Amino acid sequence: MAVSKLLLRAFVGLVLLWLIIPIVIIVPMSFSGARFLAFPPPFWSLRWYEAYLASPAWMQATRVSLTVAVASAIIATVMGTAAAYALNLASSRLVRSLQVVLMLPLVVPIVITAVGVFLVYANVGLLATMTGLILANVMLGLPYVITSVLVGLRKFDPAQEMVSRSLGMNRLRTFFIVTLPQIRPSVITGLLFAFISALDETVVALFISGGQYQTLTKRMFTALRDEIDPTIAAISTLLTAVSFLIVMLVALNARGERGRV
Amino acid sequence: MSMSSVNSSLAHQRRERRLVLLLLAPALAVVGGLLIVPLCWLAWQSVRQDGGFTLAHYARFLTDDVYWMTFLQTFRMAFIVTAAALILGYPVAYVAAGTSRRWSLFILAMVVLPFWTSVLVRAYAWLILLQRRGLVNTALTELGLIDAPLTLVNNEFGTIVATVHILLPFMVLPLYATMQKIPPELTMAGSSLGGTPLHVFLRVFLPLSLPGVVAGMVLVFVLTLGFYITPELLGGGRTYMVSMLVSRNIEVYNEWGAASSISVVLLACVFFIFRLASLVIPFERIMGAR
Repeated sequence: MAVSKLLLRAFVGLVLLWLIIPIVIIVPMSFSGARFLAFPPPFWSLRWYEAYLASPAWMQATRVSLTVAVASAIIATVMGTAAAYALNLASSRLVRSLQVVLMLPLVVPIVITAVGVFLVYANVGLLATMTGLILANVMLGLPYVITSVLVGLRKFDPAQEMVSRSLGMNRLRTFFIVTLPQIRPSVITGLLFAFISALDETVVALFISGGQYQTLTKRMFTALRDEIDPTIAAISTLLTAVSFLIVMLVALNARGERGRV
Repeated sequence: MSMSSVNSSLAHQRRERRLVLLLLAPALAVVGGLLIVPLCWLAWQSVRQDGGFTLAHYARFLTDDVYWMTFLQTFRMAFIVTAAALILGYPVAYVAAGTSRRWSLFILAMVVLPFWTSVLVRAYAWLILLQRRGLVNTALTELGLIDAPLTLVNNEFGTIVATVHILLPFMVLPLYATMQKIPPELTMAGSSLGGTPLHVFLRVFLPLSLPGVVAGMVLVFVLTLGFYITPELLGGGRTYMVSMLVSRNIEVYNEWGAASSISVVLLACVFFIFRLASLVIPFERIMGAR
């Protein structure tokens, strides 16, 4: 009994190591001074970070990616919060079934989504534009925001809204003064997820971004197909640091929520 | 109830409905315009050629070997990845659900962190680890386990390893959500009635965890069917998946009819699998919104 329990834990430990090692391994690689990727690196340097920062193409792609991620996360959060509020309010089953429609971006294979968006953009002239990239990422971020905000709204007692409105506050003010502060952690979690999903999005960007509006991930993907350039290790380390930061923020945010209730 | 209050409550209901639709409109417009409309468009394109109706694009599934073989390889891959993810993920979720709060938070953090790391970054990491002179080959050679470096990447093996790595959280998280809700009293009752641990696990815990198993398997299976980045980067041209067939038909051959019919068939497979799963567990639960 004790032995089998020990074996089980050892197995789980190995799986967790296997999960985390590939992400951690990139960090020392990015500080390598060598041209080829050897582990451990023969000597240390910051040359790949310098190469990244000195390259106008990588810098432009970084600016595009950050702009798209911030803008689309904010828009998706506003739209998604409104939609989640409505879904929670609605009594008819027809309206509730719309939730399934709004979840579709997570369900449809990403290549098909990319082809579809490409088809639309080619006809309305949104290919290789900032607007096009932002809109596509709004669509992909909506399911995260809606799921997260719905979880928050289910915990919220709607009687509070009724009290506020019976005291003469209108619906909009009630939402901002009574409801929003209580579901704020869920809204912030949705925002963070929408941000990281837009920052990491690759496949749709491969199809619709181009020219001066190429995303960081599209450039990385194209570079990787040709050769394993260590500059990508530096960029990957930075992207992973952002992911780590976001996960920490989500965790802190969730703790804040528990502490308050 | 008087006539006027009936009227005002009807008016209230109407106002309420209008508000709901107004709030849903922007999100529906984005998903409708960028997803629903193009999907219908693809379906329309898949049966059109030179301005007329045709089934030629679908006929290729029967006549052209590449088509059905790609689908076969993709489904094979999805089965392997799903099985591997279940074997690796079930024990992780089981231990996380049964341990102290601090340890379970630690385990979940180890699962969630890779989940929110870029898929591209993880594919790149596996490329580094598995290449001919990569870390794994170096370690194996130095330990004297192998004489010549193994071909671990640019084939199906490398693609499977990276895909399982990327999709494992989609297995562990629904499993954990289900297992966490299994009351410990039930397994305790099983043991106190004289069941061996294995017996109690097989007869009590395992059946109760099945909804999570179904949710995790469906997610992993469906996501593998549509995977693009890992087979493209780690497959080395030898692992040819449906998603690559779609993109090649557009990027290289500019064959929209073919790309459309493949998309429609792939989408039909995905919806069919979700439909089957929804007989066991509601769609909202699969997607994590209970």
